[in-house]
Amino acid sequence: MAKQTDYNVTFGGIGGQGIIKASELVGWAAMYDGFHVKKSEVHGMSQRGGSVESHVRFGKKIYSPLIGPGQADFLLCFQGDEHHRLEPFLKPEGVDLVDYLKPATDMIENPRYLNTALVGVLSVFLPIKDASWQKALKTVFKPSILKGNQKVFKQAQKLVK
Amino acid sequence: MAKRTTLNKAFLSGNEALARGAWEAGLSVACAYPGTPSTEIMEALATYKELDVQWSVNEKVAYEVVYGAAVGGVRSLFACKHVGLNVAMDPLMTSSYAGITAGFVIVVCDDPQMHSSQNEQDTRWVGIYAKLPVLEPASPAEAKDYVGEAFKISEKYDTPVIVRMTTRISHTKEDVKISKRVAVKPKPLVKDMRKYVMVPGNARLRHVYIEKRLEKLQTFAERTKLNKVEMNDTKLGFITSSVSYQYLKEAYPDASILKLGFLYPFCDDKIKAFCKDVKKVVVVEELDPFIENHIKELGIKKVKAKDSSFRCGELTPGVIKDAVEGKVKNVKPRPGRAPRLCAGCPHWATFSVLKKLDLFVAGDIGCYTLGALPPTSALHTCICMGAGVTFNEGLRRAHPNGKIVGVVGDSTFVHSGVTGLINAVYNKAKGIIFILDNSTTAMTGGQQHPATGWTIRNEPTKVLDLEQLCKACGADNVDVINPIGNVKKLEALVKKRMEEDALSVIISKDPCVLIKKKSK
Repeated sequence: MAKQTDYNVTFGGIGGQGIIKASELVGWAAMYDGFHVKKSEVHGMSQRGGSVESHVRFGKKIYSPLIGPGQADFLLCFQGDEHHRLEPFLKPEGVDLVDYLKPATDMIENPRYLNTALVGVLSVFLPIKDASWQKALKTVFKPSILKGNQKVFKQAQKLVK
Repeated sequence: MAKRTTLNKAFLSGNEALARGAWEAGLSVACAYPGTPSTEIMEALATYKELDVQWSVNEKVAYEVVYGAAVGGVRSLFACKHVGLNVAMDPLMTSSYAGITAGFVIVVCDDPQMHSSQNEQDTRWVGIYAKLPVLEPASPAEAKDYVGEAFKISEKYDTPVIVRMTTRISHTKEDVKISKRVAVKPKPLVKDMRKYVMVPGNARLRHVYIEKRLEKLQTFAERTKLNKVEMNDTKLGFITSSVSYQYLKEAYPDASILKLGFLYPFCDDKIKAFCKDVKKVVVVEELDPFIENHIKELGIKKVKAKDSSFRCGELTPGVIKDAVEGKVKNVKPRPGRAPRLCAGCPHWATFSVLKKLDLFVAGDIGCYTLGALPPTSALHTCICMGAGVTFNEGLRRAHPNGKIVGVVGDSTFVHSGVTGLINAVYNKAKGIIFILDNSTTAMTGGQQHPATGWTIRNEPTKVLDLEQLCKACGADNVDVINPIGNVKKLEALVKKRMEEDALSVIISKDPCVLIKKKSK
């Protein structure tokens, strides 16, 4: 198989779970690592409890901001009962990270950290340097909550055996 | 793997990139009223301290203030969503005639698929209708570059310029190269009545001028790099614009493409030449057959286009091949949770009363439109901004003794509800108008407005007192009540006011739970 050059990550769950923030974190980290990045989602109703979906794509040159059906390399699901809706995005050989939802949820003390925990899990699978993740964490989170997020990010990486 | 330098780059949404591009291009004044998917343009502009920015009362007011600044001699920008442009069409049509002194850019964000809108109108037609140039970026990085080009075109051709975005451009984030701001000197205030006093005698001359301007812009369209030919395999070629270009690049990497970034006036010669050079040509565009119809007018018969079923909704990577192949649209709706009012939202309490009393509720545009969905299902019309007030009157003219009320939000009332209230008072209409006052423009993410007493930069300003305003308009009764914990009291009040032969305003007032969260 040719060496993979583009990475597609689909995020999904419901409004208020920090999904947009999670995809933001991946987007900045990929940019700091020198990739061309596109990220797309629909705003507006996101805080009203509706389904939320975000797509992040990075690589040498990215055209479409959206991931088509069967094109996602990774699926990051924030809510178990949204999983069936999101599954069609995955490539046959794509990595479904839904099994990490429970351990990540059990690991964190505050549900607000779920997004950082799941991105911590995802980070183990992506070709992005730790320095870029650290820079992205600093960009995305304000100083008062940065330390907590850095800690959760690191802890969550250990969930991946 | 090729790595790019991250120096002087930022990860920006199309809206943020456009704002950055306008700032770099020496923008001075910008105005808007919030509206998804355009809202973040003004929010991003507000972060640049050199700029004079505002949330205006509505789009017409915003347009006139910004256009006044451009006539005054500084680079200016107006931003709105597609339906917001309807509100500003009156000044827009004549601003095309009078032209500008300094660069003036109109940014319109369309919403194919109606992710957060009440219709799917295609703003590109405004170019033809108003005789204005239309630019269409296909990515956030292009949005940043195109707005700078738009200012140059505006000043060179003495014209407002439309930059048309869509949800997928506005709300996509991309790594974007950023640069420094260019200093642009303000031009002096000149009394040029023949240009800026649009009485018939002057306007007739300007109409001749703008017809010539269109011809010049067409010449420009032929040579500008904004219209780009990417010649690859000549067996298959696409004429396209906006995000459709991106989907095509991935689905048909070997095809030739004529990508239109300067959409209107059309580059006829370039289009004809491309159609000659390529064996099969397909036009790929979202919504209306804007490019398609023009190419048909040019008499180029071999050009194919999408099936008319694709005029509804957006194109996506999943359907792009069907659209190209002329198939009928076959998209199964994907299941998903519907949005609903937030837990603790004051609208729940108000709607519980309206539902219990089984009233016909004329609705408006805002979070409270969600009151039409289960479990409340207590809102029965939603057409446009301000119609909660005027529909109460219209419905009552059809059914004078109907159990009818109107609801409108605080921001929406200031936007265009107040004129309806004055009309109702003047024309002796009756009934109850609810102002669902949650002290913010909630649906678009919580923007300030005149009745909050805070500006876009969260500086204190004079507070518009809605109670006094409604009294001054001549409402017979104006009651203010917090619906939370007062449902019985509210119910008794509504019953009482419904029985009176009066026009009453009930201000149901409690702040949005999301702004309460924010201020914590």
